[in-house]
Amino acid sequence: MPFSAYIKMALRSITRKKMRSFLTMLGVIIGVASVITLVSITQGTASQIEENIKSLGANLIAVNITGRGPANSLTYEEFQELSSKNPFIDNAAPVSTARLKAVYRGESMDVNITGTNEAYAAIRNLIIARGRFFTTDDVRLRRSVAVIGSTAAEELFGSTNPLGQEIRVKNRIFEVIGVLAPKGNTIGGSEDEIILIPITVACTLTGRSGINQIYMQAGSPEVVQPAIDHLTSELLKKFRGDEDSFRIFDQTQVLETVQQTTGAMSAMLGGIAAISLLVGGIGIMNIMLVSITERTKEIGIRKALGATKQDILLQFLIESIILSGSGGVFGVLSGFAAAYALKSALGISVKFAPPFVILAFSFSLLVGVFFGLYPASRAAGLNPVEALRYE
Amino acid sequence: MATVIELIGVSKVYGKGKNQVPVLDDINLKVDEGEFVAVLGPSGSGKTTLMNILGLIDTPTSGSYIFEGKPVSELKDRELAKIRNRKIGFVFQSFNLIPDLDALENVELPLIYAGVKPAERQTRAAELLDLVGLSDRTRHRPSEMSGGQQQRVAIARALAADPPLILADEPTGNLDSRSGAEVMNILESLNGSGKTVILITHDREIAARAKRKIEIRDGKIVRDERVKD
Ligand SMILES: Nc1ncnc2c1ncn2[C@@H]1O[C@H](COP(=O)(O)OP(=O)(O)OP(=O)(O)O)[C@@H](O)[C@H]1O
Ligand SMILES: [Mg+2]
Repeated sequence: MPFSAYIKMALRSITRKKMRSFLTMLGVIIGVASVITLVSITQGTASQIEENIKSLGANLIAVNITGRGPANSLTYEEFQELSSKNPFIDNAAPVSTARLKAVYRGESMDVNITGTNEAYAAIRNLIIARGRFFTTDDVRLRRSVAVIGSTAAEELFGSTNPLGQEIRVKNRIFEVIGVLAPKGNTIGGSEDEIILIPITVACTLTGRSGINQIYMQAGSPEVVQPAIDHLTSELLKKFRGDEDSFRIFDQTQVLETVQQTTGAMSAMLGGIAAISLLVGGIGIMNIMLVSITERTKEIGIRKALGATKQDILLQFLIESIILSGSGGVFGVLSGFAAAYALKSALGISVKFAPPFVILAFSFSLLVGVFFGLYPASRAAGLNPVEALRYE
Repeated sequence: MATVIELIGVSKVYGKGKNQVPVLDDINLKVDEGEFVAVLGPSGSGKTTLMNILGLIDTPTSGSYIFEGKPVSELKDRELAKIRNRKIGFVFQSFNLIPDLDALENVELPLIYAGVKPAERQTRAAELLDLVGLSDRTRHRPSEMSGGQQQRVAIARALAADPPLILADEPTGNLDSRSGAEVMNILESLNGSGKTVILITHDREIAARAKRKIEIRDGKIVRDERVKD
């Protein structure tokens, strides 16, 4: 018997009971769709995080100062000493952040006021949309200048060109000299809702000397580790051997952590997928058993007319594979659709991983074979007269 | 003439233990190629049971069945299926058409298992439906046909693979005397072209048209006579 005949027979019996076939497939559809959606989101988010991290630059070293007791931050002078002493560092930017109110002609907003130096823009890959970033002189001479993020610019100035305008923070007036290009949301919140001012000004403005973060750029990827080692020993001196007073990150470390997390998440999703597909498979087996009981007489007739055991086995096995396989196809498609819907509705980034699509689909086929085999072999083993007598 | 069918001491018992019902009791029968046999007997005498054994869809409890010289008990599933498909055309007492398939598709069934190509299958099935007078009912399902029409579809299906042996279990049971006579004409002409025909009937008039009459009572052959040669 030609193979196409089995497929024709299976399609016939599937289309004969459309509702039942659809409900049978639904288990597999939901299983596969949820894998595709979840994996697409995980992969999308992971690759975005990775991109963000990589965009920081390969040579970047970030230091968070948490400190202990009164010594919970560094002064600008301590920062300068730390970076100039370190032979492996090319560039360094301090960060001292405070949340303050910024006012422009009656418009005001709470914003992160970040004090930093002229190196910050280069280290953090900031793009200046309009105007300029501050210079060494701006920092050294404590000029009251500000570079503002795109959101801050919109909220304070609306359609007015912010360049040259004056904003007030606390009692001090700042001239806006630059506007940053939008950076989008990242793990650390919006980077567009920010106002950058010279670190020297920030220290007097907030009354705190606190530098709580430092970004440094090593001369080359090879010297990142020596730079970190040097930094660690200096900071240990400063904080009297307390290792918990500061944390140092570099890109490889962060990437590793992210990749580990993604790996664990993918494994977990795989487990969920396996379970939901298993449930779908049991649904298929159940329906196949029902359908074989209903069609006992038909099986008897087919056998009496010359169907071999293998013919009957293949007929029902192929029916089960087509059910689960098309469940897989619909599942992949609705998974894509769901992922896209989430992307456009919530702005989540999605990424389609072909290996996962292939894996989910072949798993659904496998489910069809596995859960179809028992019902099909039961049908094949029926005794012709007894099957014919069945009403 | 070669022997097509040989039953040696065949018995069939249904049930187990106390509930045992002997249905066929020590049947010995030989049918040669080209014979036209009518099997007669009261209801429940075991005619259908005998036919099922002859058609290889049931197995005897004891005794042996030799089909074209081969003991059937030694055949594998694949060989049994092939004989059912190519050598035997079975007309069931209760038609046994597949309800989801239309008349044409029902007639095509044996040809599907014989590996005949779709176009050829359809032509052949249409010819046979024409032969039994149903060319206007090819796309009707069994539920849309009368008992007599269903019976004729069943006959057409039995002839589809052009088998040398026709086993017909009361093929005229649901037909009026005119259609019954037409079916007998078909069977006679098939027999005339060399096919072996075994037919179960209650109707003495129809049985009279066969060349050999066998009578069964309580699972035993009580009479076996050749009417003409
Ligand atoms: N599966 C079965 N289990 C138990 N008894 C059975 C079974 N099949 C048939 N019988 C019995 O075997 C006997 C013969 O049945 P069979 O169908 O061969 O009769 P028949 O001669 O064809 O009758 P009819 O002319 O009514 O068709 C009957 O008494 C019936 O009750
Ligand atoms: Mg009967």
